[in-house]
Parts: sequence; C-alpha cells; structure tokens
Amino acid sequence: MAKQVSPGVLALRKVVEDVYREAREAKERGELVGWSSSKFPCELANAFGLHVVYPENQAAGIAANRYGELLCQAAEDLGYDNDICGYARISLAYAAGKRAARKFDPETGEYIIDPSTGKPMKDADGKAVIDEATGKPKKDPKTQTPYMVLDDLNEIMALPDGVEKERRLAAISPIRQMQMPMPDFVLCCNNICNCMTKWYENIARMHNIPLVMIDIPYNNTVEVDDTYVAYIRGQFDKAIKQLEEISGRKFDEKKFEEACANANRTAKAWLKVCDYLQYKPAPYSGFDLFNHMADVVTARGKVEAAEAFEQLAVDLEETIKKGETTTPFPEKYRVMFEGIPCWPKLPALFKPLKEHGVNVTAVVYAPAFGFVYNNMDEMVRAYCKAPNSVCIEQGVDWREGICRDNKVDGVLVHYNRSCKPWSGYMAEMQRRFTNDLGVPCAGFDGDQADPRNFNAAQYETRVQGLVEAMEANQKAKEA
Amino acid sequence: MSAIYTLGIDVGSTASKCIILKDGEEIVAKSLIDVGAGTSGPQRAIDTVLANADMTREEMDFVLATGYGRNSLMGLADKQMSELSCHARGASFLFPEVHTVIDIGGQDVKVLHIENGTMTNFQMNDKCAAGTGRFLDVMARVLEVKVEDLGRLGAMSQKTVGISSTCTVFAESEVISQLSMGTDKCDIINGIHRSVASRVTGLVHRIGMVPEVVMTGGVAQNTGVVKALEAELDCPIHTSPLTQYNGALGAALFAWQAACRKSR
Repeated sequence: MAKQVSPGVLALRKVVEDVYREAREAKERGELVGWSSSKFPCELANAFGLHVVYPENQAAGIAANRYGELLCQAAEDLGYDNDICGYARISLAYAAGKRAARKFDPETGEYIIDPSTGKPMKDADGKAVIDEATGKPKKDPKTQTPYMVLDDLNEIMALPDGVEKERRLAAISPIRQMQMPMPDFVLCCNNICNCMTKWYENIARMHNIPLVMIDIPYNNTVEVDDTYVAYIRGQFDKAIKQLEEISGRKFDEKKFEEACANANRTAKAWLKVCDYLQYKPAPYSGFDLFNHMADVVTARGKVEAAEAFEQLAVDLEETIKKGETTTPFPEKYRVMFEGIPCWPKLPALFKPLKEHGVNVTAVVYAPAFGFVYNNMDEMVRAYCKAPNSVCIEQGVDWREGICRDNKVDGVLVHYNRSCKPWSGYMAEMQRRFTNDLGVPCAGFDGDQADPRNFNAAQYETRVQGLVEAMEANQKAKEA
Repeated sequence: MSAIYTLGIDVGSTASKCIILKDGEEIVAKSLIDVGAGTSGPQRAIDTVLANADMTREEMDFVLATGYGRNSLMGLADKQMSELSCHARGASFLFPEVHTVIDIGGQDVKVLHIENGTMTNFQMNDKCAAGTGRFLDVMARVLEVKVEDLGRLGAMSQKTVGISSTCTVFAESEVISQLSMGTDKCDIINGIHRSVASRVTGLVHRIGMVPEVVMTGGVAQNTGVVKALEAELDCPIHTSPLTQYNGALGAALFAWQAACRKSR
C-alpha cells in the first residue's frame, strides 16, 4: 500500500514547488531573480516582492538526487578545492553553467538506463519478483533512471538553433533543482557559515551581478552585544538601499511588516512541529524535519508556509491522539542526530537505524531556523543565532536542552567533511554530552553533499556500537 | 547438566580469528587465519577451530560473529555484534579492572570506555589508515622488514626521528626519504611507533583515559608501539598473549550469555 501523506506535508511540498515555479516564470517574463543564503533576512527581499531562490536548498536536493558527485567534480575541474563545502561546490558548478544531463544514445534515440537504479518489482502479494536468470530481484523498469553525465548550459546556448541544441536542453535533468533560474543578484548572510562569503562573491563575480552582504560577527558570548546589533542594523539599512537600486522600487514598509508577521507565524508553527518529537514514542522521525526544512528556508516569509506548518501541527496532534507514528518501525531507542544529514546516502544512513529501532528524536539544525522576534532589534538578534555563529556554551546549552526535552538515549554525531566549523567543536561537545547527560555518543565521518566522503560499513559499525552502548546504559540504569 | 560450548568469530579486515569456549570460562580451541573479510579466511578459521576442538558446528550451542565482516556470516552465525562491544567484553574477561581499552586493528583504531565490564562509550578513528595495523604493514614493507620484527628492531634505536602521523602515504614518503639519507632503520622504526602512539593518544584523550588501560588487537604484539603509547599516556598498559583473539573471545562470551538465556 502506498504511504499515506498528510495534508500538511502535501501543502509544504506545494509551497516549495511554488517558490521555484514562480521564480522560473518570473525569469521567463524578464523579471529579476536572486539567489540567497538560507539565513539571509528574507523579510528584506520580501518587502520588494523580489523572487528569490536558495542555493543551499538546491544543493541538498541535487545531492539527495545523487547528482552531487557529478557537480562537485565539475567544480573541482574549475579549480575549486575538494576541501570546500559540498554545497558550495555544487552551487558554483551550477552557477558556471554545469548541468547533470541524462545520457543519450544517438543510435536508439533514447536515454541509456542505468541498471543499478530502480526499485524491486513486487508481485500481487507485495513480494519481490526474482529474475530466474540471475537469481536476484527484478527491477521495476518504471522506476529506473538513465545514467547522468555532465553538460554545459553555456556551451549548449552557443549552439545554433536546431535538433542538437534541443536534444541537449531536453536531456538536462527535469528535477526542479536542475531547472533553477540563473541569478540577477545575490543575497549573502554569513551567520550560517563563513565559506558563504567567498562562495557568493564568486557567484557575483562570475555573473557580474550585485552582491548584498550582511556580515554577522561570531558571538563569543551567549548574549548578543548591543554593538553587534548596531553594526548589523547599519548593514540592513545599506541592504535596503542596494535592493532599492536593484529592483528600481522603494522599500515597502507594509510588505516588510507582512513578511515579518508571516516569518514569525511560520517560526512558531515550525517550533511547535519540532516540539512534537518530545512525545514518546515520537509521532514522526527527526529525519522528516530535515525534509520540511526546505519550506523554512525558502518560504518562511510567506503566509502559505505558515499555513502549511500550522496544518502539519494539526495533523501531528491527530497522530498523537491516535497513538500513531509515521516512523516505519517500533521506537526502541531515541537519539539526537548532530549535523546535516548525508543527503546522497539517506537510505544507507537510515538502514542501520531502522534495523536497531533507533529513532532520531532530536536535531539541532532544524529548530535553529525558528526565528521569533517582535521588533527590528530582536530580529537582528535572532539572525545572530545560528549553529555556526554562536559560542560553544550556547551550542551545548541548545543541544543539551533538546536532548533532555526529547528524552534521548544517545547521540549520533556526523563529522561533516563539508562543514569544518560545525564539526570542529564536536569532539568537545561529545565530551560534554557524555558528562552532562550520561548518554553514549558515536561519531561518524561523512559529507552533506559529496558521497565520496561516506563509508556505509564504517557507519554501520558505529551505529551498532552506539546501540550496544545505549542498551548497556539502559540496563545499568534499570539495575 | 551438560557443558555449554560457544563459538566466537572475529572477521577483521586483515585476519579471521575464532575461539571456542566451554561454559564461558575455558578456552577449548582457537584459530587464526591471516586473511579477513571477503576472503576464504573466515570459513578456514571456523574449519580449523572446529578441527582443533574435534567438534562440529552442530555441537556449538551459540555462534556469534563480530568484526568488519560479521554480516558475511549471516547464515552461519546465530547473531552479529559490533567488534566494539566484543573487544570490551574480551578485555574485561582478561583484565577485570579495565576501564579503557585501546584496540588497534588492521584498518581502525578504537578506544573504549568500560564500566563494570560493559562498554559505555567509545571513539573510533576517522577515515584514515594512519595509526592502524595497515600503516605498520606499509612501513614494514618499505623498510624490508617483517612486521613482527618491528618491536625488536625499534628497541635498538639510538636517535629520535620524527615521522608524520597525519597520512600513511605521506609517512611512507618520509620513511623513503629518511632511508635515502642513510638514517638507521631502527631509528626510523622507533619514529614510526611514536607516530602511531601520537595518533592514538588523541583518540584516548577525546574519550578520557581511566586506568586500568588494556591494549588489544594485533598491534598490541608490537612492544615498540605499546612502549611509545605508555610514554605518551604516562600510564602502564596491559596486554595479553591472547590479544589478537580478544574480539573472538568477547564474541564467544556474549555467545555464552545468549546460550544461557536460550537454555533457561
């Protein structure tokens, strides 16, 4: 039976689809489209009614669709080091016109199917159909996809109009992330990471377009200093002037207030959704939160996002009342997943967790996008608080609070090769979690977008070790 | 009541080890084959240990597999467990006072924290062979010595030579350049041991060292590495002649627990 999707989840999917569709349509009409970092104050762009899309969200989607390696390598071929964030490499390759395209066979006139793709074919009883010749499960041809190769949009557009040009344009992957319109301006806020600054400067230079930069200093203290607020408010004023020049419109106070109200409403509903993970058993998995993050990133200033999250909260309330969960296995252990998931390896990431009944009931990355504020100063302070812009004391406090509230038995830490600032202080955090919370922690190496940095066998051993340590811990507590 | 026989199999990346235990106490037989996961090693190790004990698979009350290749024995073993817990259990059996286990295997390094004989936390190396048994294999090959002679040769060192601990490939280049400069092999070997120790010490400090400290795995047979680690950690380290079998021993002990539960 097909998995039932709740109205809230369907609404959330539509919100993201609409953001990208509207941006594509705007571009076709000759309107401006911007690229924005995930934690740039979107309320500013909303005040001008500008269409904005999000390279981080795009890179995560490209990685999850298994095109990450192709684009990371393309960026490396352009001269970007493989030590740079995988999202940045994917985005820079895309900005340079590199595209994942379906491999075409000129002889047959069809795309060449990759035999390793696709889901197993099932019979009427839901059992896998075995291929007599190979003894292995048969693949459902409808779910199989072609090999992906790299193509270059600039090269294609330079071709004379004709069959070859049309064929190559048609071969570009139809997923929405591969159809994102090119930028006319970029909005960068380095609260989420510092690599962002150079990444966006590169895009701006590549396309010779304006860069709107909001620099958020690293917070060495838990409280945001007043001088920081003044410094950032000054930059907000400058950003507004720049956006007036870019758009040719005046700053619309009313639209700005609407966007702020929507962003607050979205944040409150989002945090409510996050808090449902406190229930035991949790009504859903923390991995689902990662999927919904696309909405918080791309549309938090839109009323549709607020409404969709409020609907999701209603759906979850219902799920809890019925004592149900969308997690496809009984919850035996609850863990905090630290860091961004390895998008290209989600099935491999999920497999041992499912095998051992481990549900992710706490994630710090997701609620970190829930900004709630009442005025401009508070808005500035809210944008100062991002996982990579706060000191370790604040970082530990956030995480330990979530671990306690969400009743975790252990912590699984992703040492993310793409995110050195995040992974760098994890060793110390692990020590604190063990001391303060009395739960075991396991770390594994991986990457948010580049599949070459993840090893499934090593990961499985670490998860199994964590499960065995959690089991021992539980027994000791019971004794 | 008849005796309970259990078999523990540790399929590592470079070797396959088996132990048969009687009543969770007495080692009846053991075997070690110098090839590991994905080879004929695991089956040969099982055949050998059964032959050594003059027993059959059917006479085993419970079979538990561990190690990197544990899942390749799905049909043969009754259960699979991670090598982390098995090393913890094996070390606790050999040294009941243990709180920290350092296991250096063929391709990974583990540091385990033990409370009352049970693993409560652990740290493992990242995706890098520096500091592992494979690192020493590569160095021994470049130096044209047997890996089992490294400890003895390193003890004859007269001078300190620094070898990088960040990367096996770079360390190999350093060893080659030291050789080309005419540096004594014993000094280079001693430098290699200190390089391994420095790498592993970082992991030990991450989890926090609590005595007694036990070292397990094939590399624990290398007295040079053990001494270098003792110096780095400023703490005595216990080893056992059964060090290479420690994972299999832990697996056989867990198997005995499971067999007892089954027979209740």
